[in-house]
Amino acid sequence: MLNALSPTSVVASRAFFPPLLAAGFLLLLVVLASLLYGAGPVSARDAMAALMANGTEEAWFVVTELRLPRTIIALVTGLALGLAGALLQSMTRNPLAEPGLLGVSAGSGFAVALAILLGATTATLTTLVAQLGALAGCALVIAATRVQGLGNDPVRLVLAGATLTGLLLALTSMLMLMDQRAADEIRFWITGSVAGKPLSILWATLPSITLALVLIAIAARPLAAMALGEKAAVGLGHHPGRIRFLITFTVALLVGSATALAGPLIFVGLVVPFIARAFSGPDIRKTLWLCVPVGPAVVLGADVVSRLIAAPAEMPLGVITALIGAPVLLAIVRAGRMPSL
Amino acid sequence: MSLTETSTLMAEYITLAHRQFIVAENLSLRLPPGKVTAIVGPNGCGKSTLLNGLARIHALRDGSVLLDGKDIHRLPSKEVARKLALLPQDNTAPEGLTVADLVRFGRQPHQGWMAQWSKEDQQAFDQAIQAADVAELAGRALDTLSGGQRQRAWIAMAVAQQTPLLLLDEPTSALDLGHQIEVFELIRALSGQGKTIAMVVHDLASACRYADHMVAMKNGTIIEEGAPAEIVSPELVQELYGVSCDLIHDPATGSPLLVNVRRNR
Repeated sequence: MLNALSPTSVVASRAFFPPLLAAGFLLLLVVLASLLYGAGPVSARDAMAALMANGTEEAWFVVTELRLPRTIIALVTGLALGLAGALLQSMTRNPLAEPGLLGVSAGSGFAVALAILLGATTATLTTLVAQLGALAGCALVIAATRVQGLGNDPVRLVLAGATLTGLLLALTSMLMLMDQRAADEIRFWITGSVAGKPLSILWATLPSITLALVLIAIAARPLAAMALGEKAAVGLGHHPGRIRFLITFTVALLVGSATALAGPLIFVGLVVPFIARAFSGPDIRKTLWLCVPVGPAVVLGADVVSRLIAAPAEMPLGVITALIGAPVLLAIVRAGRMPSL
Repeated sequence: MSLTETSTLMAEYITLAHRQFIVAENLSLRLPPGKVTAIVGPNGCGKSTLLNGLARIHALRDGSVLLDGKDIHRLPSKEVARKLALLPQDNTAPEGLTVADLVRFGRQPHQGWMAQWSKEDQQAFDQAIQAADVAELAGRALDTLSGGQRQRAWIAMAVAQQTPLLLLDEPTSALDLGHQIEVFELIRALSGQGKTIAMVVHDLASACRYADHMVAMKNGTIIEEGAPAEIVSPELVQELYGVSCDLIHDPATGSPLLVNVRRNR
């Protein structure tokens, strides 16, 4: 997917591999921290001993049965949300187009809440419902970008998204009034958390995530060309309509999977591409590559913080991502000049 | 760089429309190989739509555009992009995109799905930035360039496509005189290397000066076609733009010059 850098560009292009390696290294550290701290009454030292294969049985159990699944789910969630945000922002050419802010996650969340109320319990069903909800959310976003004055104004699009999110949250609250048992389950799930999620959800989302990665590999090059304008992309032999459809579908797969895994997390799809773009420059292909380590590192990092900040109790992951994301959103909006994609 | 292959592009009885509104009806046109064709006419005459129709950007209501004798809409878009490069008018570039980044996009039609940047790609890239004289700007971001430099960078991208045909939609609009000349001379140079070029030009004087072949359009029909020296006359200018003028010949180049242009009494 990446073209080798030609000699003339070496001077100009931002160094790409050092930040990629640094992000990968950071991700490893976060994974280690996730296995060592929180979730289960085992100290970092005991957990380390367990990892070195000479710890207690209890430590081994906590690390492999509690912390490891949680770590993997956080990693996959971060990967999906980071990529989805980068794709949606590139396609709509709007640096604020984040699935969580635009109501895609809320659509997905509402769909799952409805499914829980109706008694859905299997992971496969939840995932499918979450993806359908995300697809509906995506369709609304695309429709909104076609409305005159909305599509080319990043902030107004986010306002429209906030309206949609508010509406969907209200509808979800209404559902919660209908059934006490379902309400507890929905409430736990809607704040966003990767704690205590069964690995069966991960297996259920894995096919979608794999498919999404394949679609990204196919669509990345034409998507990059679409940044030059619709006609220029056609001139280079691409089919913008088809690519938009593919990307929309991919975003729905990714956001739906992430929502099924961790609930509707907002701001992750904003923060991750924002960090990635700072190092990758304007080419969406490089941005996507950087999102691969950055996304998981951000979500897992936030999850580690969520375990430590109020230990022994846990702060929901959704609260932490919102606390990290809100200042970033404000910074982008207040920068006065929105970066054009 | 000289092109060994040539391609032909022609429109046969095409009708172009924006929704219900017919822009041009029953047009036929053949681009003379190896020449620069300028499409001129008043605002709204359909010249840009015609160019977009030729470039398969604008769908045809009727008729067909033939690229090397084959219906352009039936050919794979990528195959077309290896024969026909397009410089649209409303192109955009993300902030920070460098000239080198942009020119590299021109190689996409030649690259396989997972293919890496090849030796041929690099060769075409080098030739393109030399032809368009942007080698020194390669590392600069497009948003830091002058209008003329930026337009040459876009042309370099089209050149990197290594196509025998090049279509440009108002390549010099919004450029000052110096930058216009810069771009037109580049277009002449590319024509000298064997490319068949068609461009929509707003300014009749520039079309007279830089085109071999002129297509004059009004209300969606081609009213005159031929070498500028043969077809440009006070009568044609009157019919196209509704103004009177006198015609002399440029003492340096011999191309027609409009003087004393005035409103009709």
